[in-house]
Amino acid sequence: MPAIDLADTPPLLAARALAYARNDEPIFGPLDFALGAGDVVLIEGDNGSGKTTLLKVLSGLLEPTSGEVLLNGAVLTLARLSHQVALLGHLLGLKMELSALQNLHFAVGLGGIRPGITPQIALAGVGLEGYEDQPLRLLSAGQKKRVGLARLLLVPAALWLLDEPYANLDRDGIGLVNRLLETHARRGGAALITSHGAYAYTSGTPRRIALSPAVPNDGSRPSALSPQPSPSA
Amino acid sequence: MKPGTTSAACVALLKRDLALTWRRRGDALNPLLFAVIVVALFPFALGPEPAVLERIAAGTIFVAVLLAGLLSLDGLFRSDLEDGSLEQLVLSPHPLSLLLACKIAIHWLTTALPLILIAPLLALLLHLPDAVLPVLLAALALATPLLSLIGAICVALTVGMRRSGMLLTLLVLPLLVPVLIFGAGACNAAQSGLPYIAPLLWLGAWLALALVLAPLATATALKISLT
Repeated sequence: MPAIDLADTPPLLAARALAYARNDEPIFGPLDFALGAGDVVLIEGDNGSGKTTLLKVLSGLLEPTSGEVLLNGAVLTLARLSHQVALLGHLLGLKMELSALQNLHFAVGLGGIRPGITPQIALAGVGLEGYEDQPLRLLSAGQKKRVGLARLLLVPAALWLLDEPYANLDRDGIGLVNRLLETHARRGGAALITSHGAYAYTSGTPRRIALSPAVPNDGSRPSALSPQPSPSA
Repeated sequence: MKPGTTSAACVALLKRDLALTWRRRGDALNPLLFAVIVVALFPFALGPEPAVLERIAAGTIFVAVLLAGLLSLDGLFRSDLEDGSLEQLVLSPHPLSLLLACKIAIHWLTTALPLILIAPLLALLLHLPDAVLPVLLAALALATPLLSLIGAICVALTVGMRRSGMLLTLLVLPLLVPVLIFGAGACNAAQSGLPYIAPLLWLGAWLALALVLAPLATATALKISLT
């Protein structure tokens, strides 16, 4: 499979020779991959292999050391961030003092809303019916994560960058993440999710990008990173 | 699928931050209490002679208000950084400088405005002549937004560091000295029967400049801090 789709329409997200180094110490890369509509790609790697950093670079929060991120064919920089990216990181970006509904209303105000959905519907969709007005600090870690997932349902972003979306979730929650990803892919969205391997996107055959810690000062090392279809289990 | 408008984003941010301030209203009152205590202690230290207190009234109130504002600055972006809200703000489709201007406005509304409202009481404690009170209020109304705006740039520069409090103070205080000189200077001039309009106009000019430039500088500084 070619790393970069050379069709007429540019891919939703493409990375070209993307690498990031902190204080001259390579964190990951160089990476080449492309994501089109309907793609769900799993980024696998051990702790410290740079998964979170990769997502931050792809969202535009961090400038890559070399290479570039292309979103719909346009180079993404911190000065020109795209509106089409939703990032759900370890830090959920939610206010613990406010209720789930207040948090989601703020997210909608900030990012806009998909047609045909309200914060209430989104909360019910992630299994938090009845918790609308509870301050978030009274909810469990998994329930907070679900509020973060409800934000993804609301905000009209085509590309989801999810950092360890399965962490803190029960079996039911893992199924929920998979269902959300499927629905998002069917609607023509794309998603990049990181995982340290304990859980995986179970439905379909997601492509995988394996991250291993980059070796310093070794340009000859072949990168382990062209996306490949997962072995069909 | 359409992204929300920028004005909707600003309104949402204002509503959220006001709700948060209300939830943390105990903390929000700290600067107010601090200023009142500082001002209330001066008569005990210097003695109750009205002539002495009158002489130092405007300067004392000004210093107390600026220090109280400084006390509250450190938290301007800290909680947003710690819970990831700041990343969401940066990634939002709206101009970051405008969103930060909203946050700075909330900071001013919730910390400086109560201080200005209570300033007549502080003036009373220190025997400030009634005729000078309007000048003091005008000077505070011009100086406190300047504190919030200049302070926000410095907070944005230091927010990524652990224990940035001392560094923040060192950065902000020199920038505030001119504000203090012109603000308290206007009050002292009014007290001595001298023209006081010029220093107020200078403060106003700086405020106009800061209103435009400070949010832009804050946005740039924050993006640097985040990386």
